[in-house]
Amino acid sequence: MEVTSSFPGAPSGAPSPPEVIKPVARARKQGDTLFRWITIGSAFVVPLLIIGLFYSLTDLSMPSLRHFGLKFIFSSAWNPVKQHFGALSSIYGTLVSTFIAMILAVPLGLAISLFLVELVPPAIGRVMGSAIELLAAIPSIIYGMWGLFVFAPFMADHVQPFLAGIGGDLPFFKGPPMGIGMLTAGLILALMILPFITSVASDVFRMVPVQLKESAYGMGSTTFEVARKVTVRYGIDGIVGAGFLGLGRALGETMAVTFVIGNSHRISASLFNGANSIASTLANEFTEASEPLYLSALVELGLILLVITIGVQILSQLWLKRMRKKSGRGL
Amino acid sequence: MKKFLSAMFMTAFVLVMTHAGYGMTINGAGATFPYPVYAQWAHKYQKLKGVKLNYQSIGSGGGIAQIKAKTVDFGASDAPLKAAELEKHGLIQFPMIMGGVVPVVHIKGVGAGKMKLSPNVLAGIFLGKIKKWNDPAIKGLNPGLSLPGKNITVVHRADGSGTTWIYTNYLDKISKEWHDKVGTGKAVSWPAGVGGKGNEGVSAYVQKVDGGIGYVEYAYALQNKLAYVLLQNKAGNFVAPTIKSFQSAAAHADWTHAPGFYMVLTNQPGKNSWPITGASFILIYKVQAKAETARAVLSFFDWAYKHGAKIAMKLDYVPMPKKVVQLVETTWKKTVKDTKGNSLWR
Repeated sequence: MEVTSSFPGAPSGAPSPPEVIKPVARARKQGDTLFRWITIGSAFVVPLLIIGLFYSLTDLSMPSLRHFGLKFIFSSAWNPVKQHFGALSSIYGTLVSTFIAMILAVPLGLAISLFLVELVPPAIGRVMGSAIELLAAIPSIIYGMWGLFVFAPFMADHVQPFLAGIGGDLPFFKGPPMGIGMLTAGLILALMILPFITSVASDVFRMVPVQLKESAYGMGSTTFEVARKVTVRYGIDGIVGAGFLGLGRALGETMAVTFVIGNSHRISASLFNGANSIASTLANEFTEASEPLYLSALVELGLILLVITIGVQILSQLWLKRMRKKSGRGL
Repeated sequence: MKKFLSAMFMTAFVLVMTHAGYGMTINGAGATFPYPVYAQWAHKYQKLKGVKLNYQSIGSGGGIAQIKAKTVDFGASDAPLKAAELEKHGLIQFPMIMGGVVPVVHIKGVGAGKMKLSPNVLAGIFLGKIKKWNDPAIKGLNPGLSLPGKNITVVHRADGSGTTWIYTNYLDKISKEWHDKVGTGKAVSWPAGVGGKGNEGVSAYVQKVDGGIGYVEYAYALQNKLAYVLLQNKAGNFVAPTIKSFQSAAAHADWTHAPGFYMVLTNQPGKNSWPITGASFILIYKVQAKAETARAVLSFFDWAYKHGAKIAMKLDYVPMPKKVVQLVETTWKKTVKDTKGNSLWR
């Protein structure tokens, strides 16, 4: 596939010197100025929105920030009656469910996209590719309902008893197999971010120059070796990017998680038990939170989620930079 | 011709406008629990009287906030406000419609209305102290049932809700330990179990988990044929949740001595009373700046009290007993006034 770097609409070459400004040219120039301001204005909307979001979230969570201080992050208490709030169980649930989703979806997504790009005839690859992208178009509430009514019973009847059987003394697979809980939420999340990872990773793999791969084959490499040493290495930027795209979605996913995670404000080692995430807590409790401190604590949870998400984005950028330096780009 | 037409429209318009309240819109917001019945009432009422009711079911907390901010003509809440708070904001409240909260179980071989539970045992289960279905305390109440040694999985609401408020209020009243450890709230710190979102979430969890016990609104338990339990009421009888047993609770409650209609219908006397009954409340201002709108609001609720019972019962809600309705309308007469101090309800 050829990668074009020039845009058909862009002016090429140096602009002609301004001699006599004809009326038409003036109009065109005014159009340019207008265009310029529109683009500048549009570009500034985003940072302004982020700043505004930060400001209003911080402002609204002030009562809770003042009342609980740093303790908010390290306490797992969540008692609306006595007005004791802490974010630990929600943060823990968000991170653990996302972690489960990532360790499953990233390898699976990479395997699928390698298969689609390297192994399967292009015609079939395209059909399967769009089928996977279709997964991304399913609204999350559908995943949630499917998760609760179809997937959770399956987990309870088959997967969880099996895991409990092989888990032995590990604390992760203890407790009654209810079908819902941290593990189920992680699995549903994995399914939801899989299309993102797969479709971005396939695009990346398609951009690997054919010459490189052909040369590797010519030197007698096996398909696996080409995939590992050429395709994956060449596309490492994109793969990391794909991973973080999925991570971003998993961190903030709300509806599907709320349906299956079990919604309990407790931290437990077993993945079978109910847990909660920041997003699910917000979805559950926002409507009926009438006390000011309660509302403020919920807003602070939202602030924490925003900070986590932005932190992840910054980390991903730094990581990409390092990767680029290390892999030497040229290959 | 054009002039004639517009004149005709004008006349028609004026005629319509002068007809009391026609074409008016009443705005309300609040509790989600009574939303289906309010919506049905509004639909019927608009057809009959031409007054439109716009009710946003944003949750009780939201309803209270909106009426305090004066963005709506009335607020609706599943939990009553205390008399002092009403006084502070110049509001009155009255009960509009009732429902019950029903514990439901999922145990193989135990159908609807087969299991009997006492207040103590129910509290013990939800406190996480009674952990197995074959616990002697449960067996003692149900000698006829063969109960398995399964774990009890408590299922509660994950979202803040009026249903939880009524349910925890009941447990709070009957168990000192619950009162000390947990208390009453729309969302509480549950000692045990998992949370489902909404009635549908709770019932789905209960139906999926063998050995589950949860609580849902009566209408929900009935329509989904869930295995409800018989509860021992204050009089010591085991009663089933029915419209009659809810009305019995409302009828036996001492409304006349409840300032500001602050009345929670849990654990009321009466030999047939269902112990976990609750009413949903409407909040309005005592002094009404827009007399016309206020009159339309009161007329609507008056109509709903008098002619809305059938619609309510069809949706498995429980209409307020006549005695209470009379009390409410007397309160309207006495307290709801326009800015000049004239009574708005006669």
